[in-house]
Amino acid sequence: MTQLPSSTTRKLGLVIDLDTCVGCHACVISCKGWNTENYGAPLSDMDAYGGDPSGTFLNRVHTYEMQPEQGGAAQTVHFPKSCLHCEDAPCVTVCPTGASYKRVEDGIVLVNESNCIGCGLCAWSCPYGARELDRAEGVMKKCTLCVDRIYNENLPEVDRIPSCVRTCPAGARSFGDLGDPDSDVSQLVAARGGYDLMPELGTKPVNKYLPPRPKDTTDAIDILAPFLEPVAEEATGFIGWLDRALDALPASPKKGSN
Amino acid sequence: MNKHVQPALDTSPKVSDEIRQTTCYMCACRCGINVHMKDGQVAYIEGNRDHPVNKGVLCAKGSAGIMQVNAPSRLKSPLKRVGPRGSGEFEEISWDEALEIAGGHLGRIRESDPKKLAFFTGRDQSQSFTGFWAQSYGTPNYAAHGGFCSVNMAAAGIYTMGGAFWEFGQPDWDRAKLFMIFGVAEDHDSNPIKMGLGKLKKRGAKIIGVNPIRSGYNAIADEWVGITPGTDGLFILALVHELMKAGKVDLNYLSQFTNAPVLLNEDPDSPENGLFLRDKDGKPLVIDRATGKQVAFDKKGITPDLAGHFRKGGVTYRTVFQHMADRYLSDEYAPDAVADRCGIPADTIKRIAAELAHTAFNEAFELPIEWTDFRGNKHKSMPGRPVSFHAMRGISAHANGFQTARALHVLQILLGSVETPGGFRFKPPYPKPAEAHPKPHAGAQPGKPLDGPHLGYPQGPDDLLLDDVGNAKRIDKAFTWENPLSAHGLMHMVISNAYAGDPYKIDTLFMYMANMSWNSSMNTSGVIKMLTDTDDNGDYVIPNIIYSDAYSSEMVAYADLVLPDTTYLERHDCISLLDRPICEADAMADSIRWPVIEPDRNVRPFQSVLVDLGARLGLPGFVNDDGSAKYQDYADYIVNHERRPGVGPLAGFRGENGDQAGRGDVNPNQMQAYIDNGGFFEEHIPTEASYYKPWNAAYQDWAVKMGLFDAPQPYLFQLYVEPMRKFQLAAEGHGTQQPPEHLRQQVRQKMDPLPIWYPSAEEGADEYPIHALTQRPMAMYHSWGTQNAWLRQLHGKNPLYVPTKVWTENGFQDGDWARVTSPHGSIVVPVALQAALNPDTVWTWNAIGKRKGTWALGQDAPEATEGFLLNHLIHELMPPKGDGLRWNNSDPVTGQAAWFDLRVKIDKCDPPAEAQPAFPEIKSPVGRGPQNLTWKVGK
Repeated sequence: MTQLPSSTTRKLGLVIDLDTCVGCHACVISCKGWNTENYGAPLSDMDAYGGDPSGTFLNRVHTYEMQPEQGGAAQTVHFPKSCLHCEDAPCVTVCPTGASYKRVEDGIVLVNESNCIGCGLCAWSCPYGARELDRAEGVMKKCTLCVDRIYNENLPEVDRIPSCVRTCPAGARSFGDLGDPDSDVSQLVAARGGYDLMPELGTKPVNKYLPPRPKDTTDAIDILAPFLEPVAEEATGFIGWLDRALDALPASPKKGSN
Repeated sequence: MNKHVQPALDTSPKVSDEIRQTTCYMCACRCGINVHMKDGQVAYIEGNRDHPVNKGVLCAKGSAGIMQVNAPSRLKSPLKRVGPRGSGEFEEISWDEALEIAGGHLGRIRESDPKKLAFFTGRDQSQSFTGFWAQSYGTPNYAAHGGFCSVNMAAAGIYTMGGAFWEFGQPDWDRAKLFMIFGVAEDHDSNPIKMGLGKLKKRGAKIIGVNPIRSGYNAIADEWVGITPGTDGLFILALVHELMKAGKVDLNYLSQFTNAPVLLNEDPDSPENGLFLRDKDGKPLVIDRATGKQVAFDKKGITPDLAGHFRKGGVTYRTVFQHMADRYLSDEYAPDAVADRCGIPADTIKRIAAELAHTAFNEAFELPIEWTDFRGNKHKSMPGRPVSFHAMRGISAHANGFQTARALHVLQILLGSVETPGGFRFKPPYPKPAEAHPKPHAGAQPGKPLDGPHLGYPQGPDDLLLDDVGNAKRIDKAFTWENPLSAHGLMHMVISNAYAGDPYKIDTLFMYMANMSWNSSMNTSGVIKMLTDTDDNGDYVIPNIIYSDAYSSEMVAYADLVLPDTTYLERHDCISLLDRPICEADAMADSIRWPVIEPDRNVRPFQSVLVDLGARLGLPGFVNDDGSAKYQDYADYIVNHERRPGVGPLAGFRGENGDQAGRGDVNPNQMQAYIDNGGFFEEHIPTEASYYKPWNAAYQDWAVKMGLFDAPQPYLFQLYVEPMRKFQLAAEGHGTQQPPEHLRQQVRQKMDPLPIWYPSAEEGADEYPIHALTQRPMAMYHSWGTQNAWLRQLHGKNPLYVPTKVWTENGFQDGDWARVTSPHGSIVVPVALQAALNPDTVWTWNAIGKRKGTWALGQDAPEATEGFLLNHLIHELMPPKGDGLRWNNSDPVTGQAAWFDLRVKIDKCDPPAEAQPAFPEIKSPVGRGPQNLTWKVGK
């Protein structure tokens, strides 16, 4: 069993916009690339070219179909998921060695790989399935929020963000301090009705999701743009309308001479 | 209880020794990348923030590049076939021997009959170079993959408005308020569309996705229109009907900038019927509304009259616009008439038309930018129409795709939303009208270069590539009556025609980066047979096959000689303005690749091999006067070749001091200047030239200054494509060059100069009621090598996705398999349910399926056991119609492969051991990949 800090100075996390995520997996592979080369052991790939390839990923995109309750066409939602850096992270408290810990200064949940015995209790306790045991190294891997990028003085300041955020082509991922109500990410969550994943579990996830906007709704637009009215019932009437409309153009010579 | 303890953590580890900036080639998007190096190896790849294409972001493929440059499937050495074709039995040979073999074939053919070389280059990003090589060689048989990709999109755009989507132009992402995206799977182009959609979302613009499948971009569209495949043109023309009927079209724009006011001859007996009335200089005439007189379209101060008409010498002349009214106001195109066929409720069509009109006209705005048009008229501002469109293969890969793409451009133009703020914007070197492009050439003589560029834009029947007796001059029968406007060639017909010896036999098939024995061919099993079949003497029917690829693809096994290419990080390249550039609407730009790592195998960049072969063969342009090699390698060519004086493959850093843009002398240090600049060059378009480019004098002058063209070339948008009418006139019996009888009706109907719609897949609609499509996943779109260790974990299987209706009718359950049958064949594959799908459409991911033994994958790889191709169901020829002829499965205008016309039926069946048809294993020339990866370079 391991203690959580009583509070953290900041609550760094991600805001993921489900209205904008096109499910391209850019974040998944950028994460794989950075974290294979950086923090801790490489993210391994078992049977990489064989019948049952299975690698360690810290971030995965799942795709779901939704049938709207009010009827209409089924919808597709892409759902990227990584560690949510919970305030009450069960994966930390369950750790028998103290390897899992939550940082006081920014709330990031990390695994100290040198103390990890690969028992898997944390993965079992995580309700989000956000931890993966690396089968080559035998240690638990999880999203580090790119702790080795966000403070890294060897990177330009603009790049001190998680690699998944930097790479996202659609701009569906944001990073910041969700503990500061004035931060851009907190403002975004407030404006768009951002929500916690499975709040009933009491884990108090820091990461937030922005819901998809309502789709296939057309009533509001109808008021602005009612069905078009024909300019004439008969085809010959169209040419009459055309003549009048041409005369009414700002550049029209007839308008000028009138 | 362990107390809260934090270990010491280095949060500023060294990221890399060095960043090398080059251009991605994981797909055709060509983003800028930062390659982080450690200990001389690639450690990490990220997007280049300064790059005009991707501005720092990078897709999954781009980040997975590290697995591509280290892929176990990389070829290691030149290979000479020692077993039968298709066996995969090769011996490794030296480059000297390989070049001697290749040079021997090529030299012998060139001196006797150069057309016996068919040189086709697949996913080539160096077409201005490979085309130049082929032209110097002298064979008429050259093209890249456009014919089986999206030539309909390109050709329809060029003929209509002097540019198309993707490389030709882009939506005005910063100003559009309504965006409609048609038939774009998860592709074309990759990052810029995602970035653009993100921008639209941030501004709250509305996105309407028109696609039978609701995945990818369509998943985030605010409204999804799950259209029935092949009916997009009908839907679009119904929108045109609604807008015209309501007068919701931009009359001023149509009058000033399009051929809507141009007068057409209406004499039914005249050989000029339907052609433009022209003055003695050949300029199309309009009626000036101020004077009522006929004047040349480009006269200063005129008000071209859309309603103009007059009668002279017994002949009536009326405007294009009136002809459009005649056609599109017809009830044939009313929403109620098309709704069932399109699978879209009539009210939805009406509402979308109303939204388009509302946004284009009620939300119009003006940018306070003064500009002068080509007539010399001055404008105080740039009016904007914030409606934009994008489309790709979903509408174009049908036999009605050209006319459908034309219809979409006509819709854009009617709304006044092309090259206006908020609409669609061209990217340099576009706008460029069809007549400014070359015409096709096929004049071949032994030992001589071709008489001109291979591919181009015919302006009438005289430009077809037919010999004296009407036979095709090209092996793929491009630019014939079967498909007159085949601007990209027909790569998908090459093997089939070469095998049949129709129009003639060839000696050597030379291909690059084209998986023609697998996912890039229709009728895969048939093509494999054509590649391996022998004649009565036991000789292969296609005598010699030379193939270049970087990886152990399915096609390798069918080559007699394999020239191993490098990966994209081991080579020089140029993404040239002479070819398919990376420009943005606000800037011209081009870029390079350079070897950020050296190959660790006996491989050479294909383009450098062509430079070498060019010198060995003594091709003009590749040797000096004394016969010595002109270029050391491709990099040398890139820097020193000049296409026109002062204009070369790269536009940046020209001139002795490297300070000239566009035009300038050769700069021997140009390549280093590009490297120092992050791998690209960018020159911004002046503000006053930023919109209305086809007619904007400031843009035209800037483009000339930059060497994009040599004299201003303003033009009108061609709502009515007069060259198409010339083909129709020939079919109606006019002129010396007329179609053969069996094609007369087709040419008359399909070469309509105003967009039409016709069913694209008439055959077997009752017996085969279900449409079958493919798309590639975003993480693999246009990528050469889905064997990538990371990407294959995202998409290692490709079930057939089945809509709820078909799922229920067949009583399918999870894990079931089905037999899928078309008029051409049948496959047995796993199925999966997808509700967000057109009710009569099934689909799968393309090119996941692999052949056993290829790509260095294990025998049990799911790609080879459960993965499958729909290609087996698609034939390059249509089923026999009983007329004794076999018709191409291609668009009759351009020859584009009609992949998406496929119709099937589905029956539940017992799961087989593996997906059917199953093919025997090919012996791998590279072995198989390692079991596990724990990748980390540096300490």
